[in-house]
Amino acid sequence: MPALPLDEAGKYVAGAYVVFVALILVYVAIIGAKIARIERDVSAIVDAEEDE
Amino acid sequence: MYSKGLAPLAAATAVTITTAFALVFFYAPNDADQGFIQKIFYVHVPMAIVALCGFVAGGIFAIKHLRSGDSSWDLRSYVAIHLSIILGVGVLATGAIWAKASWGHWWVWDEPVLVSFLVVFLLYCVYYPLRFSIEDPGRQARYSSVFAIAAGAFVPLNFIAVRMAESFTHPRVLSQTGGDLPGDMRLTFLVSLLGMALLFVTLWKLELTAKHASMQLKKLRNRARVAA
Amino acid sequence: MIAAARTILRKDLLIELRTKESVPAMVLFSITVYVLFHFGLDRDSLDGELASGVLWVTLLLAAVIGVSRLFAAEREQGGIDGLLLSPVDRTALFVAKAVALFLFLTAVELVAVPAFGLLLLGPGLGAAFPELLAVLALGNLGVAAVGALVSALAAETRAHELIVPILLLPLLVPVLIACAQATEPLFRQEAGPEDLGRWLGLLSLYDVVFVLLSVAVFDFLLED
Repeated sequence: MPALPLDEAGKYVAGAYVVFVALILVYVAIIGAKIARIERDVSAIVDAEEDE
Repeated sequence: MYSKGLAPLAAATAVTITTAFALVFFYAPNDADQGFIQKIFYVHVPMAIVALCGFVAGGIFAIKHLRSGDSSWDLRSYVAIHLSIILGVGVLATGAIWAKASWGHWWVWDEPVLVSFLVVFLLYCVYYPLRFSIEDPGRQARYSSVFAIAAGAFVPLNFIAVRMAESFTHPRVLSQTGGDLPGDMRLTFLVSLLGMALLFVTLWKLELTAKHASMQLKKLRNRARVAA
Repeated sequence: MIAAARTILRKDLLIELRTKESVPAMVLFSITVYVLFHFGLDRDSLDGELASGVLWVTLLLAAVIGVSRLFAAEREQGGIDGLLLSPVDRTALFVAKAVALFLFLTAVELVAVPAFGLLLLGPGLGAAFPELLAVLALGNLGVAAVGALVSALAAETRAHELIVPILLLPLLVPVLIACAQATEPLFRQEAGPEDLGRWLGLLSLYDVVFVLLSVAVFDFLLED
């Protein structure tokens, strides 16, 4: 198969790397949301204990 | 406990991946046949290798879980499999992009690694419905471990079978994973592979920490509710 | 262990003989699928790789039905709890269920394979024997071992009829590959077994791995 010219090939290669980076970022975002929820719940417990 | 060493690990991952990207785009030469497209290989193949190792690791953690009864091994197994499935999505996506760029179709059956990966991916997708349809937590963990072990043993068998089948109908064309890479390409590939492996371990530790903290929190909340 | 396995096996075979639930349904299903393929492919007769593929895909799909039903008796009459309370070696349970499934598959194939020869196969079935028997035997063994394991895994999930197909079929891909590739040269006009050895070798490897694995791991299932 003859190689694609550079400008066309570039789009595909960029696409592949974008997929890779996007996966990482989405994953980090999800973990971040999870940590945020943990932080909210910890504050809730601390507040509940301070009220007693 | 789980987050020990996480910060230096993350730093090492960032450095390695940046180095790998630099090597891919500034150091490694263009492939004679495929041209610039071949650069996808540096992200697609390491992802596939790390994902498959992740699945097998999930099986090994599962064996440890069944032998010791310690549920922390089940957690490690679950996160490893979970991460490998996410990487698996990436493998199939980058594989499709490579196929489209090389052959003009979004999917080709020629490449036995990609095809066997599809089968493995379909199998591991069943992990979630199987796991979450069992309510009792002890049983859920045990059954998941049995699945992880069977699926982990399946991965190499399936690869052998698909490879044997493909070698009859399609001679191996995209055999880029062979050891016949020129030196500068091989260095780039190895650094990419290392970066991907470090990334996997970093994200694995990260998710383990978050999940474990969440579980501890639930215990704490139950205790507070009981005390109140 | 052998005695316990034999007792469970005898019970399962007696239930099947009396109720005639699984095997006739699997046979009927197979023949229906042949008809579907006739219309779907718009072909009167198949040979070579197409014939091989249609036969094995049909048999595997029929096996899914059998696997779904494997623990059905225990599930419906609460027999699982009875098994769990009794000091039955889990290995005995696995052996009994796997052998039962193997026998069911063999019974189905006694009808389904000649039916295939009658309905869809271009070249005669006779040329495929005796090699076809070897492929069937080794293939059935793999399906039986993995089927028993999957059936137990899915036995206590809420949605077991949904889980069994999507869990069983990917696991059986190597069996399908080996059986289809082995049978393909047997179903040609000038039949002759090529490369049979390597496919039988693959099947044997698969069977050994999954029988050993299932035996090792079965103790952790269905325990309380």
